[in-house]
Amino acid sequence: MIAQKFEYTAPKSLDEALHLLASGAKPLAGGMSLIPMMKLRLAAPEHLVDLRTIKDLNYIREAGGQLHIGATASHYEIESSALLRQKCPLLTETAAAIGDVQVRNMGTIGGSVAHADPAADYPAALQALEAKFVLNGAKSERTVSAADFFVDAFTTTLEPGEILREVIVPIDDARTGTSYQKMVQPASGFAIVGVAVRVRQNARKVSFARIGVTGLSNHAYRATAAEKALEGKTPSANDIQNAAALVAQGVDANSDLHASADYRKHLAAVHAARAIKSAISRIT
Amino acid sequence: MATTTTKTETFVGKRIRRREDPRLITGTATYVEDIQMPGMHYAVILRSPHAAARIRSIDTKKAVSAPGVVCVFTGKDTKGVGAVPCGVAMPDLRVPQHTILATERVYFVGHPVAVVVARDRYLARDAADLIEVDYEVLPAVADPEKALAKGAPAVHPQWPDNVAFTYHQDGGNIDKAFAEADVVVKQRIVSQRLVPMAMETRGVVAEWRGADRQLNLYTSTQIPHLVRTIVAAMLGLEENRMRVIAPEVGGGFGSKLNVYAEEALMGYVSMKIQKPVKWIESRRENFTCTIHGRGHVDYYEVAAKRDGTILGIKLKLIQDVGAYHQLLTPLIPQLSVLMMPGLYNTQNIRGDIIGVFTNCVPTDAYRGAGRPEATHGIERMVDILAAELKMDPAEIRLKNFVTKDKFPYPTATGLMYDSGDYATPLKKALDLVGYVKLRQEQADLRKQGKYMGIGISTYGEICAIGPSPATPAGGWESATVKIEPSGKVTILTGACPHGQGEETTFAQIAADELGVGLDDILVIRGDTAVVQYGIGTFGSRATAVGGTALYYALQDLKAKIKKFGEMLLESDDVSLMIGQVIDNKSGKAKTFQEIAGAAYRALKLPPNTEPGLLATRFWEPPNFTFPFGAHIVVTDIDDETGQIKIRRYVAVDDCGNILNPLIVDGQVHGGVAQGLGQALWEQAVYDDNGQLVTGELTDYAVPRAQMMPWIESHHTCTPSPINPLGVKGVGEAGTIGCSPAVVNSVVDALSPLGVRHLDMPLTPEKIWKVVAKKN
Ligand SMILES: Cc1cc2nc3c(=O)[nH]c(=O)nc-3n(C[C@H](O)[C@H](O)[C@H](O)COP(=O)(O)OP(=O)(O)OC[C@H]3O[C@@H](n4cnc5c(N)ncnc54)[C@H](O)[C@@H]3O)c2cc1C
Repeated sequence: MIAQKFEYTAPKSLDEALHLLASGAKPLAGGMSLIPMMKLRLAAPEHLVDLRTIKDLNYIREAGGQLHIGATASHYEIESSALLRQKCPLLTETAAAIGDVQVRNMGTIGGSVAHADPAADYPAALQALEAKFVLNGAKSERTVSAADFFVDAFTTTLEPGEILREVIVPIDDARTGTSYQKMVQPASGFAIVGVAVRVRQNARKVSFARIGVTGLSNHAYRATAAEKALEGKTPSANDIQNAAALVAQGVDANSDLHASADYRKHLAAVHAARAIKSAISRIT
Repeated sequence: MATTTTKTETFVGKRIRRREDPRLITGTATYVEDIQMPGMHYAVILRSPHAAARIRSIDTKKAVSAPGVVCVFTGKDTKGVGAVPCGVAMPDLRVPQHTILATERVYFVGHPVAVVVARDRYLARDAADLIEVDYEVLPAVADPEKALAKGAPAVHPQWPDNVAFTYHQDGGNIDKAFAEADVVVKQRIVSQRLVPMAMETRGVVAEWRGADRQLNLYTSTQIPHLVRTIVAAMLGLEENRMRVIAPEVGGGFGSKLNVYAEEALMGYVSMKIQKPVKWIESRRENFTCTIHGRGHVDYYEVAAKRDGTILGIKLKLIQDVGAYHQLLTPLIPQLSVLMMPGLYNTQNIRGDIIGVFTNCVPTDAYRGAGRPEATHGIERMVDILAAELKMDPAEIRLKNFVTKDKFPYPTATGLMYDSGDYATPLKKALDLVGYVKLRQEQADLRKQGKYMGIGISTYGEICAIGPSPATPAGGWESATVKIEPSGKVTILTGACPHGQGEETTFAQIAADELGVGLDDILVIRGDTAVVQYGIGTFGSRATAVGGTALYYALQDLKAKIKKFGEMLLESDDVSLMIGQVIDNKSGKAKTFQEIAGAAYRALKLPPNTEPGLLATRFWEPPNFTFPFGAHIVVTDIDDETGQIKIRRYVAVDDCGNILNPLIVDGQVHGGVAQGLGQALWEQAVYDDNGQLVTGELTDYAVPRAQMMPWIESHHTCTPSPINPLGVKGVGEAGTIGCSPAVVNSVVDALSPLGVRHLDMPLTPEKIWKVVAKKN
């Protein structure tokens, strides 16, 4: 449990960090995923650049009708943000469901998203929120949608030398209800499956539904068939059941010691139904 | 200072906060890892990645010349060191030569192959990667039943059947009992392998002082004196030239009731390099190289009359031994056989054990050691029998209990239960949980298609281990009490408690006996150079055996104090009370400090009395003690996900007299947590190649605070007649009582689906599969 030798830099500015990253260094955020991998020698970066020492990467603010979250905002900061609780409660609910207190104090949203663990919680919510990620390189800046960002297990569209600088999510109004429902893997705390739901109703009819699913396959995705099945309906219990059944349809589900593929698919449907019901019940 | 003269307060029986806690919860305690010494070197052990392989060659050249590296040792170098011993003698026991480093072959993943010693631990760890071992990988077997099958790979080539030992015990007339039975119920019951998971992993600092011909060994152990005797012999060092210190020990649970290769290996290294050396076990090593617990496959048969009377019990027990015997490996399943009858009045038993070698880390004692497995077995079987006979599980237990008037009660397995009243805790638990009402609620819920279960476990256990003839290394315990010239009291306990609370309870006992305050008393443990020989803390023995040794040492001292009192007061009728000796006639008194001062100043001595105030006692217990109790668990099952929710957990434990209810509650809580771990979450899973699949905390689910239910802890009190304190032991009760109560509850919940038995851990998927089948 001892990492290989590495250098460590605590930069003051984003430019300084990006400069170091361009020459092959690796970003370190909360260290909750990276450090254990280094201790097990599954990762052996030669140079770590600490993003948490860059002050202007840590913020949660509203601008231009959207919510902007800096990469190093911790799970705890998100969970306890009054702004997010009011304008994007799906994210606070999801952050609160991550791991344990220590992990939430240290872990960051940027780290979680960049790491792209197939069982991580945020990606479900960020898919449902149709979040955008601002990615910066030494000489570049681009914005990628959540739908395009997650490529495979632990694989994203981040290029070497690039960091995820900011997460942008929309503001949900009172006609939108959201919910995140998760089955916890008892050892790790990660999601065996997690389903995030946003629904908007107009005169009791679902005008809009977004469903993000994590834990089930190699990366979090939007369950569009299930979304469509809800839209335009005043959903009965049966409609919800039927829509939920679609979230896992055609998915090549993960299987491990903690849950077989069949069980995971079943759990995805169960948690989708619960999340849909709970989201609808939260519309004010 | 003046507390000794004025206090009238007594301490035994009170909820006194643990004196050991402040240093533990403020992070200021000294563990092995905290020990720093000038010139300290660091060792990293290279371990086998294969479960079975021949070592063709080991090339250490690159590692030896790596920066900071002082030396690298392999099995060739350590051939002169004695083998890691099995402490159990049995006819036909096959004991493989357990060298401290592998020589020709490796037998399990994690088997130590080489040790790298460097100036710092980072350099040592880097250099370990540079050692080249050429392995010829061999077929492995990790499952004990597969290991017994014909054609299975031989773990040790000299014993192709993989049988490590067999053991047989008969009591009464089992064939007659089965012939006369109205019903016989049978069940295969697995008690899965568990990782003891002490929060502090193992660790050793060895310091050879060549000029003094002295080896100081700091090790995280439950048994420092036994470690000294054994490791000194392994190293060929005179026992009095070795000092073993167990500093703060961050949990053992039986896993540190052992002598490990690394303890001798670090001694060897330090003697070679003439420098202190430190090795701290990583969590990964703790998973793969520290003993595991349980590992049973049990085949039970119970014969009974139609009215529920149990006539006889048969058990065929397959014990997964692992690749070697550690200190007590073959003994643990024998404890299961001894406990077979549980609390029930049957005189007919047959127990057969087959110990099986597998390419896994050895099994040995883990909290409860053999008794949780036995209790799980019999308590499951009684429920299965009740279901078969359509009887209430509480009623069938009450019908079969050994009754209060039968004690001391000789069991079919040769034990003598000291005292007991088994119906009382069960009735109390039934009352507390509201059993009758719950059964009605259950009937209503079943009509709505909901699954709610009520599970009972009534357990007994063997504690205060134990009379010496019944143990491999002596079952007595020792205590020294010294009253210093200033009147302060120092207790040296051989029991080496390590977090169980005896620094508090022993002080309580001494304070009441001597009439002094708790703050006047210091309890010292865990250093062989300071404390007289002792056995250690395990098997819920420290208070019942070590506390009794202390009690008798205190009586000796009291007698001597009185003599000095009589002399100083010129009286022949004195008594010892509230910190002074009083002349019963004149009412004159001498304080404790005055007496202690006089005993050391020795200007004048009572007749036939030596100066000083010190007494040592070694106490040999005449029997074990047998605590018991009843746990009732109410569960609700989420039929969509298979998740189990514990609605109520009621524990009524009878551990004899209670010295400190706060500490007893803590022991019950911790025990239940580990019982729940086994029942619901934990499992050490090896794949077919002998790789430990659950080898990290991300996959091995130990209970966390937020996973615990509220435990309603209650007691009944049946003192033990075995010791003057009337105590029995409570360190393992929670673990032993817990798992069958949980499983019985879940099986009860699912019984409308025809479920009769489920093996642990009761993962949601396992439950879902049962429930889904019906849908
Ligand atoms: C015990 C435990 C339980 C956990 N339980 C959960 C859980 O229930 N749910 C869950 O979702 N997660 C869980 N996690 C993971 C946790 O949320 C991590 O914090 C998260 O996955 C990574 O965030 P971090 O800030 O710690 O990143 P780090 O570990 O520092 O980095 C992770 C990876 O991302 C890269 N990286 C970090 N920040 C950036 C950036 N801004 N741009 C580009 N690359 C970056 C790093 O180089 C590294 O490769 C758990 C972790 C632990 C240790």
